[in-house]
Order: sequence, then structure tokens, then C-alpha cells
Amino acid sequence: MSEQIKPIQFSAETMDLVQRIIKRYPEGRQKSALLPILHIAQAEFDGWLSTPVMDYVASILSIKPIEVYEVASFYTMFNLEPVGKCLIEVCQTGPCWLRGADDIVEHFEKKLNIKVGETTADGMFTLKTVECLGSCGTAPMLQCGSDYYENLTTEKVDTLIEKLRSSNQRSTYMKSNMQEI
Amino acid sequence: MARLLEHINVPGINTFDVYRKHGGYKSVEKALKTMTPDEVTEEVKKSGLRGRGGAGFPAGMKWSFLDRKSDKPRYLVCNADESEPGTFKDRYLMEKIPHVLIEGMITSSYALGAKTSYIYVRGEYMYIIRILEKAIEEARANGFLGKNILGTDYSLELYVQPGGGAYICGEETALLESLEGKRGNPRLKPPFPAVAGLYASPTVVNNVETISAVCSIVNESGDEYAKIGVGKSTGTKLISASGHINKPGVYEIELGLPVEEFIYSDQYCGGIWKGRKLKAVVAGGSSVPILPAELILKTAKGEPRLMSYESLSDGGFATGTMLGSGGFIVMDETACIVRNLWTFTRFYHHESCGQCSPCREGTGWMEKVLHRIEHGHGHMEDIDLLVDVAKKIEGNTICPLGDAAAWPVASAIRHFREEFEYHVKYPEKVKNPKHFELEPFRSEKVLAGV
Ligand SMILES: Cc1cc2nc3c(=O)[nH]c(=O)nc-3n(C[C@H](O)[C@H](O)[C@H](O)COP(=O)(O)O)c2cc1C
Ligand code: SF4
Ligand code: FES
Repeated sequence: MSEQIKPIQFSAETMDLVQRIIKRYPEGRQKSALLPILHIAQAEFDGWLSTPVMDYVASILSIKPIEVYEVASFYTMFNLEPVGKCLIEVCQTGPCWLRGADDIVEHFEKKLNIKVGETTADGMFTLKTVECLGSCGTAPMLQCGSDYYENLTTEKVDTLIEKLRSSNQRSTYMKSNMQEI
Repeated sequence: MARLLEHINVPGINTFDVYRKHGGYKSVEKALKTMTPDEVTEEVKKSGLRGRGGAGFPAGMKWSFLDRKSDKPRYLVCNADESEPGTFKDRYLMEKIPHVLIEGMITSSYALGAKTSYIYVRGEYMYIIRILEKAIEEARANGFLGKNILGTDYSLELYVQPGGGAYICGEETALLESLEGKRGNPRLKPPFPAVAGLYASPTVVNNVETISAVCSIVNESGDEYAKIGVGKSTGTKLISASGHINKPGVYEIELGLPVEEFIYSDQYCGGIWKGRKLKAVVAGGSSVPILPAELILKTAKGEPRLMSYESLSDGGFATGTMLGSGGFIVMDETACIVRNLWTFTRFYHHESCGQCSPCREGTGWMEKVLHRIEHGHGHMEDIDLLVDVAKKIEGNTICPLGDAAAWPVASAIRHFREEFEYHVKYPEKVKNPKHFELEPFRSEKVLAGV
């Protein structure tokens, strides 16, 4: 783990957003804020939800930790284990497969020298296959953070890998933590 | 003709000002200032509008079931979970013209007496969530949301809620569970959401496109809207076209358009790519039965098949299918039906919430068996085994995901059994994952010249 260990606490600014989200629901229904806050927590704490992070979210919402664990483990967007800086999620369902998704996955495996489900040794990329992302008209496609990359070709994949490598940013479903969600 | 996408090509139509200049938010003015909530509901009933999320249930009827006597708050929840493979129309609409949904939400919330409404968007569409939030802010700044909208005594708060990547949360009761911050496990019905939905309060759940269509209905009247389309399939429908066609994309069609025209006309799909022949179509998202070319272009009676709820389901499941969500997936002659089906079954297995054993176990078995057939390790008995498992899932589960997983399997074997048999008989020919792309499958009857 080369990254510094951050204290598990939202910044004042993030906390302010979290409080505003909680107000969207009726009194006593603050648990409704769980999914939005888990997205924020995942973006804030290195792209995955560790047990201490989930416990922290539970304390903010005054719910039991198990209520957070059972939710976090149900939804595929929440990572319960560390992932590479860039999580590459290639869609593999029918419509994308019809337009060559297999070739895209194969190309990634070759270029990154890893198999689906693995992370590169430098911790830069994790390769995953996912199910339909609602982009079948521009297949094949992938998601990396909040960005969709569509009408993929192997050349486009090469360019993307270069781009991600040189920007060296952690991909997150949220562009900036402080935006509304 | 176009209703939802009429101004799609106007630059800046995603902003409030441009949208407003092109007649946007008129339905809010009309409804709030000149109509009672019940009058709005009445227009929606008259329009014949049917739910665009997949089931096709009449929207006006659903609205009239809402328990208006309860002293609990009422909610309108928009279903923007859009995860049915082959479906991407809601995303297109929200991305290009977000205000049509916001306008529809305000007018519909007024009709239902909702003071707080939510739009539940699948988590992967995070950038769409930003677009909607910006649109909501603009609407609020212009007096269309918040306290005393347009100076009337109607007030509304509208929020966007992200999902977490779970297809099952498109099922309306799972969606409500998820919105309450829980796992997306569908609820047993009754009670229906109209009586006990979000926070056990009366709730209406409608699809993005259904709610957006309310704008035109209020503007031009339910009777006028009902003139578009054919029979009980009124209005226009967004179709997401994908697969082996020249022009994949989202098209707004008048219900009743011939399927053949939709596939081959340059205005729509533009024909099959690479000059190949049409093999099969999944017409309404991955859940609906697949049909071979002959049956999608013409019904079993030989009549032209139309893009409408009735015509697509003509012949029942023996020879027909469903309009579903309008996810129109086209396969050319080189596509392997078994492999496509395997991807769908893998999807349902992955997405089963796990509450009912027929669905949780059955989808897993089907995936496993299909995997071995597709990879050249299948047995002849496997084909009937699949049919049997599908039959045992169908109708025996809490929610329709079980049926949605069973129908594609049953229909693929019904119409393409020879292709499954070919996989078992010639394992060496299907070892290459691109087997049919290399050499289109020809049934033995065709090869024998029969
Ligand atoms: C497994 C499953 C997934 C569904 N996914 C969606 C979806 O993504 N979007 C949607 O609008 N309806 C979906 N539905 C249908 C909803 O349960 C519900 O019927 C719909 O939101 C009602 O809106 P409508 O009447 O306007 O179509 C799904 C149903 C099932 C069983
Ligand atoms: S049918 Fe499947 S998805 Fe639906 S409730 Fe049962 S296990 Fe869950
Ligand atoms: S199948 Fe890949 S986006 Fe729909």
C-alpha cells in the first residue's frame, strides 16, 4: 500500500453535502441516504469500502453497521476490496457481445497482461466485465469511473490506456466528491 | 409526429431557456392554473398511454388506483433504473432533453397530489444524475419547483436518487426498498405500491418515458394523443435499436409502424450491417421471447408484424413476443443464438436477488448448462433439461425476474432447437468462440435442400 492512510472522516465540505442529502427524506427516514453516501464514501476513501468506512457511514446515519454491510454487498458498484486506480468495466452482455465485446476484453488482457478480475502489478488498472450499462446502441463499450467509452475498437483501447496512464488519476463514479448526487 | 424528441436537434435544448422557448413547461402552466388534479388524471386515462417500462400497464388506470383517502403523504417515483439489456432510451432522453422529464414529473406529481417526488436513476448513469440535477436547479430558479409553483398553492420538491448497480431495482417494489436504503429485494404483493409504497405510503412508480409523455397529453388533450398509434397502442414509443444493424440508436416511432420498415428503412435501423441477412430479433429487451426473421417480419397468419403491443404479441409465445421496454436487438445470419442466450442467462443469474429458490438456483443451472453447450461439452438431454428448468421457474417466483429469465431460454429452444443440437453434435465446430461468424449456421434441412 503506497498510498497514505487517511483518517476515516469526511471533510467539513463533504459532511455538509451529506447533511443536505439526508434532508431529502422525511424525518426518521435518513437511512434512505445510504446509497448516495456510500457512493461519496467510496469516492473519498480510495475507491472501495473497507469495514471501518462502512462503520463510519453507519454512525453518520445512526443505523447498525450490519445494515450498511448488507447493502454494500448487494450492489455491484460498491467494491468491498481494494481496486486499481482505474477500474475498467467492459460490458459483455448480448448486444455488446454482438458488436465485438469479446475482442475488447481480449485486447485489454493482452495489453495489460492480466486476466479479467485482476489488477496490474503497479496497481494502476483493474479489469472487470460487467452486465449491460445501457449503452448498447454504441457497443462495444466500457465504463471507467463516471465516463462511458463507446464504439470501442482495439485502437481506441490503446489510446485510452495511454491516456489513463499518463493522467494517473483515480477513476471514480463521481467526478468530484463535492458535486451533488 | 415526434412528441418526445421533436426538438432533439435544437442546439441548447438541454437548457431551461431553450427548452422553454420551444414550448417547454406549458403543461405545468396549463395543469396548475386551469385544471384540477383529477382532470389531469382523466386526460391521461383518455390518452390510453401505457407504461413504457416494460409491462405496458395503462398509466391512467394505475394513477386512479392511488389511495387518495389515506392521510399519509403520496409519492411519485420515476423509474430511471434502465438496466434491461438492449434498452437505452431513457438515458438518451434524459441526456438530451432532461427538462421533458422534469416537466412531466411536476405535472404528474400535481395530478397525484405528491409533495415530494424522486427520480431513481441507475448508479452507473452518474453523469445523467448531474444533468438532471442541473435541470432541477434551473426549473427551481424559474419558479417551477419549490414552494408555491407559479404563484399557485401547489408546492413540490424533486430529488434524484442514485442506485448501486442492480438490475432488480428496476422492479418497482425492489426500487422502493432500495430508495429506503435497503437491499433491492422485491416485496410480496399485495399490498401494491398504490396503497403501501415508499415508506408504506401511497406511491405511483412510472417509467421515465411514461412520465415524459404526460407533457404532450396535457398540452394537446388525451383524446388527441390517443389518435396517434393503432388500437390500444396509442402514442409514440422510443425504441432502442442495437445489434447487427447499420444505424443503432434511439428512434421515436408512432406505434403501429411495420417491423419491416423499422428494420430496413434508412429513417430507422437502415438494414442489416455488412450486407448480411436477418436471422433473429429480440424485440423488447432481453426478457422477451426471441423470434426468427420470418416471425418477426410477419405473424404466423402471414400479416405484416407491427411495432405495437398487440401485433408483437400476436400468436402468444408460440409464435409471438412482446413490445416490452422497446429494446430492439437485431441479429444477423452469423450470430450464434446459443452464445447470445448464454450471455442473457448469465445476466439473470448475476442479477437474481436470491430470495426465491427457483430463480436463484434455476438461473444458475441454466447458465451452467448453456455454458457447456456453447463450449462444446453439452449433451442432447441438456436441451430438454433447459426447457424443464425454465418451466419450473416461470410463475413460481415473487417477482417477474424469474419469468424474464425463463422466457428467453424457452423461446430460443422453441425456434432454434436445431442450433442447440448442432452444438452438441459438432463440438469441434463450436470450440472457436467465433464459430458462426466464420460460417453461418445452416440447418440440416437447408443443407439438404429441403
Ligand atoms: C426485473 C425487472 C426489472 C425492471 N426494470 C425496469 C426498468 O429498468 N425501468 C422501468 O421503467 N421499469 C422496469 N421494470 C418494470 C417496473 O416494475 C414497473 O412496472 C414500471 O416501472 C412501471 O412503470 P410504467 O408503468 O410507467 O412502465 C422492471 C420489472 C422487473 C420485473
Ligand atoms: S424472482 Fe428472482 S429476482 Fe425476483 S424476488 Fe425472486 S429471487 Fe429475487
Ligand atoms: S449490452 Fe453492453 S451496454 Fe447494453
